[in-house]
Amino acid sequence: MQNNTNLVYIYDGTLEGFLCCVYESYVRHEIPVHIRTEHDAGQPLLLEETEWIRTDMEHAGKIYESIDRKIALEAQDFIREAFLTCLPDKEIFMYRFIRMGYQYGRSVMDRLTDDTVGTLIKAVRNLQRESHNFMGFVRFTIYDGVMVSCISPKNRVLPLLSDHFTNRYPDETFLIYDRTHQMAVVHKPEGTLLTAMHHLSLPPIDDAEKAYHTLWKCFQKTIAIEERHNPKCQMNHMPKRFWADMTEFES
Amino acid sequence: MDVLEKLAILTDAAKYDVACTSSGVDRSGQPGKTGSAVASGICHSFAADGRCISLLKVLMTNQCVYDCKYCVNRTSRDTQRTAFAPRELADLTINFYRRNYIEGLFLSSGVLKSPDYTMERMIEAIEILRTEYSFNGYIHVKAIPGADNSLIQRMGLLVDRMSVNIELPSEDSLGQLAPQKTPEAILRPMGLIRAGIEENKSDLVVYRHAPKFVPAGQSTQLIIGATPDSDHRILTLSEGLYKKYNLKRVFFSAYTPIVDDPMLPSLFSAPPLLREHRLYQADWLLRFYGFTANEIVDAKNPNMNLAIDPKCNWALRHLDQFPIEVSRASYERLLRVPGIGVLSARKIVQARRACSLTFEGLRKLGVVLKRARFFVTCQGKVDEGVVIRPDTVLRGLLSKNDLRMLPAASGDQMTFLDVPDMARSLGGMPVNAFGYLPEKGTRENAKQYEFGIHI
Repeated sequence: MQNNTNLVYIYDGTLEGFLCCVYESYVRHEIPVHIRTEHDAGQPLLLEETEWIRTDMEHAGKIYESIDRKIALEAQDFIREAFLTCLPDKEIFMYRFIRMGYQYGRSVMDRLTDDTVGTLIKAVRNLQRESHNFMGFVRFTIYDGVMVSCISPKNRVLPLLSDHFTNRYPDETFLIYDRTHQMAVVHKPEGTLLTAMHHLSLPPIDDAEKAYHTLWKCFQKTIAIEERHNPKCQMNHMPKRFWADMTEFES
Repeated sequence: MDVLEKLAILTDAAKYDVACTSSGVDRSGQPGKTGSAVASGICHSFAADGRCISLLKVLMTNQCVYDCKYCVNRTSRDTQRTAFAPRELADLTINFYRRNYIEGLFLSSGVLKSPDYTMERMIEAIEILRTEYSFNGYIHVKAIPGADNSLIQRMGLLVDRMSVNIELPSEDSLGQLAPQKTPEAILRPMGLIRAGIEENKSDLVVYRHAPKFVPAGQSTQLIIGATPDSDHRILTLSEGLYKKYNLKRVFFSAYTPIVDDPMLPSLFSAPPLLREHRLYQADWLLRFYGFTANEIVDAKNPNMNLAIDPKCNWALRHLDQFPIEVSRASYERLLRVPGIGVLSARKIVQARRACSLTFEGLRKLGVVLKRARFFVTCQGKVDEGVVIRPDTVLRGLLSKNDLRMLPAASGDQMTFLDVPDMARSLGGMPVNAFGYLPEKGTRENAKQYEFGIHI
């Protein structure tokens, strides 16, 4: 393999596209130093040699299948989740992880002290924690029978949240809008759709809905024991960045 | 009275119950139903006191025929009384649930007319939720002591968790503060729930779709600091409950003075939060770390040292068992190291399969070495800069937080001389004299049987 110190792969930003980068690097016998999306790439830096990698579903499938065969089934889930994290340059970490996986087999998952593996595991844990938080902190407001929620997560938590809420409210119609990544998940009893969404404007809420907001705020306030007042503990468990979208903290 | 006023009164009356967990059962959603349950539990919000809000925690009514001295709802207290109609409560729950405010319902109640009548009203509300509204989320109820067996049986098939609060850890305390309740009335429903769960398990083997009886198990609550009961009594009772009644959790509630009574702490005393915190730490040691109650406290030293956490305290008294070698020690031994918890121990066991561990490697794993470094070696070496002497170990063990939480530390800078018991052992005594010197104060006449539980 040729270790090219200024080779940068550019891909279309999909998981399949990323897997094709792995495929091409093996076919072409070269190791990229960066893997970026068109969006992040911008102007190439001086001395950077950029290479556009076309997405080919067959190639992506080969790599995806090889992760199970040569590394472990859990490694497939791990790579899928790693792709959703907000880790800067996650692609190059994932690329190195897959290379290591081909070399060491399933024991790569145990190499927690390795920088590549350790960094990725931390990023995935961060994603899982954030998604678990949102399972609780998402607040739906009901507009004419449709449940709507807006969130600003750091990681791309929507695919994980979608599974959870679809399971929980199978017969409802709901929408969760992710402002950070301009995406939304829309669920109807007939099916669920993950889609790009650049803007969401909502009508004013009706009186029945207002009444529930008031009831919930009343409960949230009353349940606290004054003698145990501990705002620091509250913020440790529920950092302020979540508060903006939560019914109990709206004015 | 409208629902908002009722909610305010019945929430305020329920807030002293600490349990708010929605854990213990995994139940997938179903077409035609609303809701699911997640075994780990989900926190939906946090109140200003830092406690998790997972369930809609309310009382069915705050009217009560009992006059337990420690309770806000006792009959002799002058306060506004109200009750939810079963349908009102079901509506509130399902509407909160659809908006993802809550993970489910936590229903308790004062005793209205009789235990049976109260239970029937609670069952009515929950039946509306489960059948009419097809609610498939989490429900935790408090069984009413003294209610008929058949009602407990019926309730058990509707809910995920059912529990009975013991509240006072000894028969004497119960006799003084809650003369209308007997240990029998509390323990009978606990026994029934346990038997129901066991029986249900064997039914499920035969009939896969047999209705589930209290699938998330039962829990209970003990009030801390309202009575002179020692930590030893509380922990041995908890241990007995875990073993004999298969309880999922024993919760501790620091007593908040709400009532002026000569038999209770004065209205101006603060709730013993630090003691509650230490008891929870000890409870974790019992449930996840393989400790027994007698390793944490014993009849000679019936109370925990508030200055340091119980695991550190144990380690200091057993310095002869340390340091342990990270690359070879069993999982159980790793768990005994101060600063190494369940997650860290698992990570160590996993990582050492792939490569040998150094202190640098431990740090990369995310193992917090602040305290652990005094108790472990990596490939036979101690961490750089670590000198294992009683005073350095002690300084390393006391966190800033520990020092701040100590009552004596308020304001002035803390010195070791302020730490009870520690002062004497620092007077140039050898390592193994570091132990837990007998504490002044409460004497305990150790009982063999407590609450009918052999301890």
